Amino acid sequence: MGEMMNEGHNLGDNIDLSQFYQIFFEEAGENLDQMEQMLLQLDVEQADDEELNAIFRCAHSIKGGGATFGFADVAELTHQMESLLDKLRRHELQPNAAMVDVLLESSDALRLLLARHQGRSTATPPTDALVARIAVLAQGEPEPELVAAPPAAAPAPSAVIAVAIDTPPAAAPATRELEIHIGPLENPSEADCIAELFRDIPGLGEISPLPCDQKDRRIFRALTTASDTDLLDLFTFHVSKEQIQIVDPAAILATQTVAPVAGGEGTAFGFFEGSPGSPPPSAPARPPETGGTPSAGAAPAMAAPKVDARAVPSTAQLESSTLRVSVSKVDQLINLVGELVITQAMLAQKSRELDSTANQPLLAGLADLDRNTRDLQEAVMSIRMIPMSVVFNRFPRMLRDLAGKLGRKVELITHGEATELDKGLIEKITDPLTHLIRNSCDHGIEPPEERLAKGKTEHGTITLSASHQGGSILIEVRDDGKGLSRQKLLQKAREKGMDAPDSLSDPEVWGLILAPGFSTAEVVTDVSGRGVGMDVVKKNIASLGGTVEIDSAEGYGMSVKVRLPLTLAIMDGMTVRVSDEVYILPLSSVIESFQINPKDINTVAQGAQLVKVRDEYMPVIELERVFQVPRFEYNAASPIMVVVEAEGARVALMVDELLGQQQVVIKNLESNYRKVPNISGATILGDGKVALILDTSGLVRRSRH
Amino acid sequence: MQSILAVDDSASMRKMVSFTLTGAGFHVVEAVDGQDALEKAQTHAIDLVLTDQNMPRLDGLGLTRRLREHPKFKNTPILILTTESSDLMKQAGRSAGATGWLVKPFDPGRLIEVIQKVIR
Repeated sequence: MGEMMNEGHNLGDNIDLSQFYQIFFEEAGENLDQMEQMLLQLDVEQADDEELNAIFRCAHSIKGGGATFGFADVAELTHQMESLLDKLRRHELQPNAAMVDVLLESSDALRLLLARHQGRSTATPPTDALVARIAVLAQGEPEPELVAAPPAAAPAPSAVIAVAIDTPPAAAPATRELEIHIGPLENPSEADCIAELFRDIPGLGEISPLPCDQKDRRIFRALTTASDTDLLDLFTFHVSKEQIQIVDPAAILATQTVAPVAGGEGTAFGFFEGSPGSPPPSAPARPPETGGTPSAGAAPAMAAPKVDARAVPSTAQLESSTLRVSVSKVDQLINLVGELVITQAMLAQKSRELDSTANQPLLAGLADLDRNTRDLQEAVMSIRMIPMSVVFNRFPRMLRDLAGKLGRKVELITHGEATELDKGLIEKITDPLTHLIRNSCDHGIEPPEERLAKGKTEHGTITLSASHQGGSILIEVRDDGKGLSRQKLLQKAREKGMDAPDSLSDPEVWGLILAPGFSTAEVVTDVSGRGVGMDVVKKNIASLGGTVEIDSAEGYGMSVKVRLPLTLAIMDGMTVRVSDEVYILPLSSVIESFQINPKDINTVAQGAQLVKVRDEYMPVIELERVFQVPRFEYNAASPIMVVVEAEGARVALMVDELLGQQQVVIKNLESNYRKVPNISGATILGDGKVALILDTSGLVRRSRH
Repeated sequence: MQSILAVDDSASMRKMVSFTLTGAGFHVVEAVDGQDALEKAQTHAIDLVLTDQNMPRLDGLGLTRRLREHPKFKNTPILILTTESSDLMKQAGRSAGATGWLVKPFDPGRLIEVIQKVIR
């Protein structure tokens, strides 16, 4: 056995823990997200036990991993957090806002620490100060105003997780935690009467049942200041004295009346002598040793575990059925499916030339292939889809801090967190949404007194929602603040030298705030209103193929709707022919198409052309000129106009033929070639030819000049 | 090959434990919490249970008590991994029917050493 042990020992020592770091970092990140979310939802007045337990578990889990994998700073800070949370979940302390604040700040600090361990950051968060602040709060004292220097009362944090001095709750110095064993009983429910009796006597303390292996017995845990004699007198109302055993675990351990626990205090492991499966007594338990593994000495006494089989929604449950895969693998899969879609389209095109009767089985097979490819493509694309909650979850925290800073009272309501969006889009939409929410809080929601004076509720509401609408996703930020003022916007626009006649429609006036350099706040704050706001938002969203719509009612609030395509990799396109070239138009921007008589096109100054559509003049763009693909048979057919909309304006594109609609896989031109004006990308058509995808926003801008 | 049921809600700890034990020649069944462990215990032959204490749904002590109710696990070694090594915790472990405890953090060598002491 000795040899085996040695072998095992060496084997274990040689294990390189760094291979688990990545899992730990991801897991710690998830735990922090979860903890932050729960802290924000925590009702300080009436904290739910289950919530407190769950928050505790997050800190506990990070601490365990941090200590195991050698991140002492992470373990140290989480250890302090855990001590505080432990007192909260055991009701030794009442949660308050200061605790939530310091825990949130600590979670920020942990993120930085983790980032530094991953080599992603060099920042050193103020963990010492945080550790000290938490320690003070854990003593049940209000946080001092100045927290620069760690107060002397704080236990000095030592390396890894070391000793935490657990002071007994000051409120009840003589409270003991007792185990009350009752039995054997003919009718065990008699024991429940004891618990009821215990609870009936005011000030006696708390009693809760503990799980018990034997059916004719009951075990309770009691927290009380009463003496054993008093308790016995009380309990003998229902059961005989012989059936009651009051156990004070602390006292027992002090006097060692129970069979000694092999290993004892301060060792890294041990066995209970005579317990099931324990090694025979001849094999001596390892003597206490101090090397290698630090041990938690007088760690906080553990509360009797609350066995709760209720299903708690947790990531742990989901975890067993999920798989972590690197994004690059998924992207490769998407690329391959993209190629497959192209091959399939090519086969479909070739098959059209075949005689449908003679090749019936082949054509049926190709039809199946078409369907299967489409299903496969959808399934693969869905892998990259992640729920909007990933973005939404960061806003409660942000808004809390922001509202505090600005003296606003704001409630955030979110809808449609489960709506899924491509990972690439999710990452890029976060900043614009952050900006919109900041704007709503800063410029939209009025200060509480102003709201009350207006007859509104003291709390402003910002509603954030996401939903699918057709082939796109709609994200809306709505607030019930003061809304936009038509008059102010027009006035400001004129001050800026913009053309803003009174005849502008409401949507056009709201659209003014999207113009570069336009800011409506009277006071420029450090939160928003730096003047680069909305136009940058609009530009970022436009670069994702999305649009921004604003609606407002003065005095009642405003809404900003962001519409995005579902994914960046594949889109529905309309194929059009111009001369011998085929171009793709994003179907989402196509409004209508019609054939016109060439004489309906009016040429105005500088050769600009306009077409009259239902009494409205629209600029015409001749794609053959833009891309210099001259037509040889100029008057062969009447031109076709495709009306596209982008950036709130419409233009009519003149094309020769509408070829059809199809899904196209977008190939980035910029990364494969270079940026080309008026072209947003390229795709490969069924016949293997490359077709360019038109940048409708670029074309609309072009028409303005 | 002897089977160990490794129960921990933390994936990194589970992976570490599982990797260590597999390397030492054990078969490892992983469970994400006490409830999951109970279910896995019914369908797998288990020679030793190594469980974390603090977990959602069912904690290590609760799992120990539930396993001990079952004739199949009456004598199976159950080790509780814990960051708390206070006497009270040990007492709770003993009354729940655990075989022993191991304080986190531990290094892989220590883990194997402890397991080899109790597994037959």
